Parts: sequence; structure tokens; C-alpha cells
Amino acid sequence: MKKTFLKHEHFQQLLDALKEAGFACIGPQVRDGAIIYDTLTTSTQLPWGLRDFQEPGSYRLEKTAEYKAFSWANGPQALKPYLFKAEETLWRVKRDEAGKFIFEAEYAKAPAIAFIGARACDLAALAIQDKVFIEAKQIDIRYQQRRESLLIIAVNCTYASKNCFCVSAGTGPKVNHAYDLVLTEVDQGFVVQSGSERGAAILAKLTLTPASLLQIQQGALEIQQAANMQSKKIPFNNTRALGLALMNKLDHPRWLDVAERCLSCGNCTLVCPTCFCHSERDKPSLEATSSEHVREWDSCFTKGHSYITGKVIRPDTQSRYRQWLTHKVATWFEQFDVSGCVGCGRCITWCPVGIDLTEELSAMVEDFHET
Amino acid sequence: MKLDPYLPKSAEIMARFQESPTIFSVQCRFSDAKWQQQFCFQPGQFNILYLYGVGEVAISIASDPTCQDSFLHTIRVVGRVTRALAHLKVGDQVGIRGPFGSFWPLNDAIGHDVLIITGGLGCAPTIAAINYLLLRPNDYGHITILQGIKHSDDFIFKDKYAAWQAMPNTTLFIAANEASHDWLGIRGYVTDKLASLSFPEKNTLVFICGPEIMMQVALDILLQKNFPEKAVYFSLERNMECALGHCGHCQLGGLFVCKDGPIFAYPTIKALFNRPGF
Amino acid sequence: MLQDYPKPTLAVYKFTSCDGCQLAFLNAGVALLELTNLITIIHFAEAGFVAPTQAVDIAFVEGSISTLDEITRIQQIRAQSNYLITIGACATAGGIQALRNFAGSNNWLKDIYATSDTIDSLKTSYPISHYVKVDTELWGCPVNTAQVMVAIRSLLFNAAPQVKRDSVCMDCKRRGRVCILVSQQQSCMGPVTQTGCGSLCPGLNRACYGCYGPSENPNTQSLGAAFKKLGLSDVDVARQFHHINNQAPAFHQAGNRFKTIPIWVA
Repeated sequence: MKKTFLKHEHFQQLLDALKEAGFACIGPQVRDGAIIYDTLTTSTQLPWGLRDFQEPGSYRLEKTAEYKAFSWANGPQALKPYLFKAEETLWRVKRDEAGKFIFEAEYAKAPAIAFIGARACDLAALAIQDKVFIEAKQIDIRYQQRRESLLIIAVNCTYASKNCFCVSAGTGPKVNHAYDLVLTEVDQGFVVQSGSERGAAILAKLTLTPASLLQIQQGALEIQQAANMQSKKIPFNNTRALGLALMNKLDHPRWLDVAERCLSCGNCTLVCPTCFCHSERDKPSLEATSSEHVREWDSCFTKGHSYITGKVIRPDTQSRYRQWLTHKVATWFEQFDVSGCVGCGRCITWCPVGIDLTEELSAMVEDFHET
Repeated sequence: MKLDPYLPKSAEIMARFQESPTIFSVQCRFSDAKWQQQFCFQPGQFNILYLYGVGEVAISIASDPTCQDSFLHTIRVVGRVTRALAHLKVGDQVGIRGPFGSFWPLNDAIGHDVLIITGGLGCAPTIAAINYLLLRPNDYGHITILQGIKHSDDFIFKDKYAAWQAMPNTTLFIAANEASHDWLGIRGYVTDKLASLSFPEKNTLVFICGPEIMMQVALDILLQKNFPEKAVYFSLERNMECALGHCGHCQLGGLFVCKDGPIFAYPTIKALFNRPGF
Repeated sequence: MLQDYPKPTLAVYKFTSCDGCQLAFLNAGVALLELTNLITIIHFAEAGFVAPTQAVDIAFVEGSISTLDEITRIQQIRAQSNYLITIGACATAGGIQALRNFAGSNNWLKDIYATSDTIDSLKTSYPISHYVKVDTELWGCPVNTAQVMVAIRSLLFNAAPQVKRDSVCMDCKRRGRVCILVSQQQSCMGPVTQTGCGSLCPGLNRACYGCYGPSENPNTQSLGAAFKKLGLSDVDVARQFHHINNQAPAFHQAGNRFKTIPIWVA
């Protein structure tokens, strides 16, 4: 596909073209000291000249010398809340005059979304959530509706935070999943490429110039730099070998050690772009004339997650942390033929006590040699 | 529009039986007659019952699959939803999703002896299997039922057991850990009784349901008796909420108990069976 | 259900408290009107219904036990109630007034009152559950109106109210709030505090101060150590735990571990 160049000052055209095509633009912007995704109406909302400084248990934004819109790694969330909603009504029920139930499914209502600024790790995670909710025998219709109308404007990473490890996780920093458009930010603008007919149709409406060889080379170099910046690694490059090694360490003393630090608060699971656990509950109206059946994000760090009448399968932090980590990098392969970790580092940053899964894994599988 | 697997169908309570102070059964029929006709299941499978305004709970189906005009759930009052379900009366409505999950290998068992071991009462998944086997005596060999209970006073379904005992080709043992003086059954653990029995070398399939620690003891005895691992089937209990493999609560390692189980051949779950925390 | 009334009956009883949790009912607005279609309020002094010794189906209790008379009264209320729910930090964990359990209350009395002889008070403030069986505890300072209404609705369906004790963090994440502990280094109690408030304070860029009490499986030691890394002293950390829910066992022990607050040095 031909590469073209979109000047920074023409980015607004992209938003306008998307809007005209019927999409609600969701894109990165600053809120409460972090880069979050919300409705994007003007290109001035983008986090120009900012970058995230991340360490285990710490996140802050800093000004950069260069005036770019995407020279940061990530924020607490990205695509997940837009497809797998944090809270959502699944169906409603009311009783007719004869007292008979009338069940009504609740379908996705939001307009089609153009998601601007999906990173390589976000798209790897999206592919996993697709496997959970729509590539399985049983389908979640609400997720499917949102997914089918989603337009993806991906951005290749040109910067990595201290907690990024997508290179060893095998997911980035260059986007390697399907997109409609992909941008690589260089001086003055973006090298742009379309990946679908929908993407090409949007491009046709923009003021573009052919990308110069220099611009293309600079883009490739910047992506390589983002790879070189990464210091963290997940053992065994996130392959089945890691899972096998870990499942041989279910009695390792490190589980107890990490349980002493772990708050069991669930933050890691709720910022994880692949975690899919949720719980359901009924929300009846006070007068009981109707009821809503709602699902919301849940976490394997809660008691309710493993509660069966009279018994909690995982009553303590040690067993909950072990469930999370073994599921994420080991048993996930049995379910979805891929690791559940995409190397985004969110669980490390947003853990209030800075527990680093790459360190925990290394400590447990250090003596396990790759064959 | 495709069927939404999250959406229940309404059903009516046709009859209600109080089996014991804490166990009751409800006979249900879908309000939509066509749906009731299409509804087919296998013993060992479960439905998700929805109680208006309260929530959902997974309950195994206790009736015989050939019964086309209704289905039966035997429910033990233990949690928030089951406690509220106990107030259901004839004519009330519930929501039903299902059937879900794997089932006992009753087709594979044709021509074989079957050994059923249950621990605790209200073990509905095995009751469905026992009823199925005893209704088709010509299809199966010898049926041995080993039922373990904590205290002899807890023993319910007396009529059902008496009827089973009277069937040809059927042996029934009931063991109580603690027993009152007039108890005619076995005193002690059901697994001790199992250890004392001998079975034909091959040709027997085993269905087990109960607390995992009891299932582990039973398994060890069976393996000592040279039962092949693949002849032993378990019904597992986990937190099954959505029953679709989406909500993640029922995971046992890489398995979703709701859709890969709840009935498993032992080799499938060997790696993490009875391992605390999984 | 009681025979004398066509609808289930409800009462709200007050003990040592600021009355703020009773306002959870009065502030319910339209829901309160709907509620009166479903139940009969027989006792709720703040709303004008007075029948303190009448038998009742659902009893809500606000406030802690801090006088001898209150011990007798709560036992009477327990005996006359089918289902007893405590509302708020005072009734559920002894409240802020339980800070006196750490100190010599006689000294306090002398300092505050001209003559302490007229004061008839226990040396301690304890939660209702210290004296009688409680069926459901609704935490918070104050309790959340919606949570109260959901609890009543659940009981009317013959189901025990469902009180989740997950961390406040779960609510923050579901609502898309940026973590103020991680991004602003505020000493937020969210990771060890139970949900129910809708993560109200972090939503206003203010650290959670634990008014909903301990979450189900709180690691107070690890969070306290993290607070110290942010610059809090041991006493500061202890104060985080010895606050509104200082008698909730997990917070009580945590505060003691970091250092008992020298509220009164005798």
C-alpha cells in the first residue's frame, strides 16, 4: 500500500472526514494528569508535546522539546472500555398484566467509533478479546455490534516507557494487526498508510503528499528507537515455554513473597487490556415493576470471583495472584492459543505498590532453561 | 437477529416438592410451547435459573431427557439465590437459559457396568444419571451405587433409594460417617466401602460427584484397583455465572468448567485436580 | 411478615451518631414515596414515626453503643426485629467516637465538661455487632442511599442483601478515573477500602479516607509501607487506619502496628 504524508496542521481534516463518514472520534487527550481516550473533536485536544514517564507504581506526564501528538507510550486504558464496557445492561425484564415475564435484550446503541491512536499492544489485545467474545461458540452480541462498526486508526510507537516490553512479548512497537489506517509520526506530520477500503476512502478526503523516502526512513528509525528503549523483558519471549515453566513452579516460595506485597485490589486486572472477567447482577426497580440485568468488570482478585456456595476456591492473595499470573501467561494458551500478555506494562504502572510481573516471572522461572 | 445467549426464556413452575428441610425440587415448563418441545439435554448438564429481581444461579437438570413436556431441578438451599428460589410456588415464573455443559458418557456406557459414587446429599448430577440408567436396564450391565452422607439423619429420597435397591442388576450402598442407633446402612466413609468391593477387571465406567477431597480418595482407590484413568468421570463445581465461557469465574487452569465441563474424564483435569486454589 | 400489617414493617433506630445516615432515607426523595407503597414505617423518630418498642420486620440501626442504656435498648430492638441492618460507620464499626477506646475516657470528660458527674457514658464506643447479632452491615460515613434502597428491595424479594466488599479501586477503574495514588502520589486508602460509595472522593481528585471500612482481603501492611515511601510518618500512616472505622478489626490492627495515635497521654 502506498505511503503518504499528512501534515500536523492537516490532522483536523482527518477528524472532519471521519465525522462526515458518520463516526464518533475517540482519541487521546490529557485528563487528571494522564493520557486517556475520550471524544475528540479538534486536533488541539491531542497531547501535543507531552510524554508519559512511567515506573512501577508511578505515572506522570512531562513536556518534551518536540511538538508531537503521539510521542508517548500509553495511559491507563485504551480500546477495551469502548468494546467490552465496564458496566453494561445485558437485558431487561418486566411483567405483563398477567404477571408473565417479558425479557428484552439490550443491544449496543452507541454510534460507530473511529478509535484514533490504537497502539500495537492495544490491537494485539483487541485480537484476544475478539477471541473471547466473538470468535467463540457463544457470541456476545453487544461486543460484536461495536466491534463490527469500529474503525481503527493505529499509531506506531516511536517512544516506549520504562514499563513497556512489547518487543519481548512479540506484539510491537510496530503495529502487526489489522487496521484501517496506520500513522507513524515524524517531523512535521505523519507517514500514513491505509489497510482497508474504509481507510482508503477516508484518506481520499485529506490533503496528502507522497511520503518522501526521508520521511519513511525517519518513521522506521523512530519505531526502531522505541524498540531499543525497552529495558524490560518477559521471560521466554512470552511463548508457551514460559507457561510450561511457570506451571512447574506452582509451589515456588515467590508466590508467598508477592502475596505479602500484593494489595489484592484488582487494579492490574482492570487496566489489563486482555482481562475479560465480569460478574452479573440484577438491578430491580424499587417497586419491582421491572429489572435490569447488568454485567460489570470483575477481577480474579475478588472473593466473589471464585465463590461457590459455602466455599471460596481462592480465599487468599497468594492463590489469587497465582491464578492471575498462571492464567495470563500459561493457561491462556490452552484457551486462546496465545499468551494473555501483550507487553503494555499497564499492570506494572498502575499497581499502587509497583509489582512488576516481568520480575515476578523471572524470579520464578529463572532456573528453567529454554530448550 | 441472532439468539442472545445471555437472554433467559420464561418458564412456569408446574409443581414443587419439598424433599427435605433444605432441599426442594421444581418441575418447570417453558412458557413458549415450541421452545419446550425443542429443549433437549443430557444427564449431567445444567440450566441457569433466573429469579426475578434477584439473579441467576446454575442448577443441574434432574429429570429424564425423554420427558418432553417439562424438566426438573432439585435445589439445595445454600446461597442467596437458592434461598430466595425456595419461596417459589406453583404457577410462579422463572427465567431459564440452557442447557449448558458436558454430560455423563451414557452412550459410551451402553453394554458396560456403571459404578456411581456420590458424596453429600442433593448430588443432582448423579441422580439424573442413576434415573437414566435404571430406566434402561437392558442397555447397561450391573449398576453399583455408593452414596456417602455425613449423618444418617440427613438421609433423604428414602423412597427413591428403596425403589433403586429393588431394581434387578443394581447394588446400592449408603454409608453415613455418623449414624443413629437404628441406621441400617453402612457406618463409616463411603470410600472405605469402595475399597472393600471388587469389580470386574475392565468394562466398568465410574461417575463421581461430591467434595473434591472425597473424589480424590475415591480416585486413588479406583486406580489401585486398576481402573483405567479414562474410565473415571467427575462432575466438578465451580462458580458458573454466564455459562458461556465469557465471565471467567469457573476456570480450572485452561478449562472453563461451564462449557468444557462440568463432567470431565479424569485425564482432562489430571494436572490441577484437587489442587487448592485452582 | 408481621400479622398486624398488610405490608412488611420497617423501623429506623438511632444510637450514638450524627444522624447523617438517617438522612440517607430522608434524602431518598421519590424513592421514599415509592418505598411507603411497599412497606409501613412504624418507627423513625427523625421522620415523625414513634413506636420504639413495637415488633418490626426490617430494623435499620444507626449509631454506636456508647452508654449503658443503649446496651439494653439494642437488645430490646434485636428481640423485636426479624432482620437487623446496621447503617453507617458508627453502627457498623463504632464510628469516629470510638477513638476514645484508645484513650482514658475519664480524662477526656474532665477536660471537656465542667462537671463530669452528670455524664453517664461507657468508656468505649462499640459497633452494634459487639452486643447483638447483625444480619447485614451497610458501611460508609454516611451510608449510601441507593445501597439502602437496594437492600430493602432485596429483602422484599426474600433475598439477603448483597454487599460487595471489593476494593474502591475496582469502582475507580470501571468509571475510568485516573488513579490518584499512582499519578499524584496521594495517600489513597482505596486499595484496602470496600466499595459502595461509587469512588466518590477519588472522582473529585481527593484521596479515599476509608469511610467504607476495610475491603474483604485488605493488605494494610503493604499499603502502609507504600504510604511511608510517599513520605508519611508512622503516626501519619496509623492515623489513616485509626480514623472513622478505627474499630474495624483490619484497620484497628493496622493502626496499632504502625503506631497507636497518642490522642491522650495520661
